[in-house]
Amino acid sequence: MTILSAFDIGLVVLILGIGASTIAARDAFAAVIGYVVYGLLLAIAWVRLSAVDVALTEAAIGGGMTGMLLLGAVARLRLAEGNDVRTSLPTRLAAGVMCALIAAGLAIAILSPPDPIPTLAPMVMEHLAQSGLGNPVAGVLFVYRALDTLLEKVVLILALLGVWSLAPDSVWGGIPGLRVYARPGSTLTFLAQLLPPVGIVVAFYMCWVGAKEPGGAFQGGTVLAAMWLLVMIAGLKRVPSISQSWLRLLLVVGPVIFLAIGLAGMVLANAFLDYPAGYAKPLIVAVEVALTLSIGVALGMLASGPPERVRQP
Amino acid sequence: MNLAIDIFSVSAVSAGALFFLAGTVGLLRFPDSLTRLHALTKVDNLGLGLVVLGLLPQVNGLFGALKLVSIWLLVQLSGAIVTQLIAGAVRQGGPQG
Amino acid sequence: MNAATLFGLCGAALVGFGLYGLVTNPEPLRKILAFNLLGSGVFLVFGLVSRRAAASGLGGDPVPQAMVITAIVVAFAATAMAIALVLRLLQETGRSTLHVDNPGGTDTDRGNS
Repeated sequence: MTILSAFDIGLVVLILGIGASTIAARDAFAAVIGYVVYGLLLAIAWVRLSAVDVALTEAAIGGGMTGMLLLGAVARLRLAEGNDVRTSLPTRLAAGVMCALIAAGLAIAILSPPDPIPTLAPMVMEHLAQSGLGNPVAGVLFVYRALDTLLEKVVLILALLGVWSLAPDSVWGGIPGLRVYARPGSTLTFLAQLLPPVGIVVAFYMCWVGAKEPGGAFQGGTVLAAMWLLVMIAGLKRVPSISQSWLRLLLVVGPVIFLAIGLAGMVLANAFLDYPAGYAKPLIVAVEVALTLSIGVALGMLASGPPERVRQP
Repeated sequence: MNLAIDIFSVSAVSAGALFFLAGTVGLLRFPDSLTRLHALTKVDNLGLGLVVLGLLPQVNGLFGALKLVSIWLLVQLSGAIVTQLIAGAVRQGGPQG
Repeated sequence: MNAATLFGLCGAALVGFGLYGLVTNPEPLRKILAFNLLGSGVFLVFGLVSRRAAASGLGGDPVPQAMVITAIVVAFAATAMAIALVLRLLQETGRSTLHVDNPGGTDTDRGNS
């Protein structure tokens, strides 16, 4: 057994242990902290699976943003009365047996792979050079399956609309209820003044370098959202009300530019979302930058929640 | 020469891992939140510094080395600030462990 | 068995854990957590499929990797909506559960939407 396989086994044991403790924990806070640690361990697992773009996305969105959402929810739900009846033992046993059967079925499917393993990698690499990209995952996201990426961005905006629509009628158009800890001169203010410039550079670097190496618009957009949330939580900038036009403009600039380039492709190239020859890389980079901005704003607003108070005139 | 560099890297990273282990033992064994925070920040910064020091000869180019050092600095910054915030919250909320 | 298959089996086990948590835990927040665990287990199975199909000099098939990136973002969007719903339920009824003690006219209407 080599050192690397011992590392893999240790990592899998840790992941399963923390996953089980997340399910079995009594206290919701402990479960959420376990989930954040689980997300970071998963990012290491993704690196071991040679999927560095996925590792970046999992660490940023799966570990970071989801953890922040869940911690905020746990803090608010602590004041709630949860008169829950614990599920009875026969139900839990039956559920356990069913889940074990499903997991066993998946394991059997995993352990019997098809004989010539089907792969799309040669097809991806064949035409990747034409688009000027060096990162095959970026090639799949923006060239071969660009429609999926466009629709994914629209799904983010739809989710944001769904979250906004949960506001009571009286505060529609108001300010999201993000908990702000504005104490001037505190260490949080210091962090919020020092970290965002670095974070913004890192975000755009990740978006730019995603064309050649692991990175991309989603990862960069998440770092941008985190920096914006830090600045808002430290009270250095006010949480914007959702009816501000600059907010809505930034939210849609990404998908609108993507859609416009796609429609232009019907005229200038062969089909919807086809890029004219030779112009693929600059168009893709333009789309990625616009998407980074939109994703940053969308994720920041998703983490802030629905409006809770009306904007003071 | 390569062997010497590799030995240096392995020993520095192992020393860093030992420090992390010491910090985790502190996290598990110390009685209350403030002492645990103290153990974690001191030890994790030093452990990460040793890991970065061990990885520096393995990186090719100045930019890679600068990125590693800036990672260490950023982790120190965020770790220190978060420790202060948690300690402040613990002191306000009263010792609950 | 190589490392990728090990991670795939880990993913299958996580699907089992997540499904168990989703079915047995009565609180909505814990259900959301279990749902995320279930999703990440499925993504790990995709990661195995990608790693197994490594060819032409790459470390893994990029198509499943791109699908997992999309899926992580969409799962986050769904989690955000679900948490907003749970918090709204808390605002409306003061409770965090869906279990109703005496059905029929317990909720106080506060004149909202």
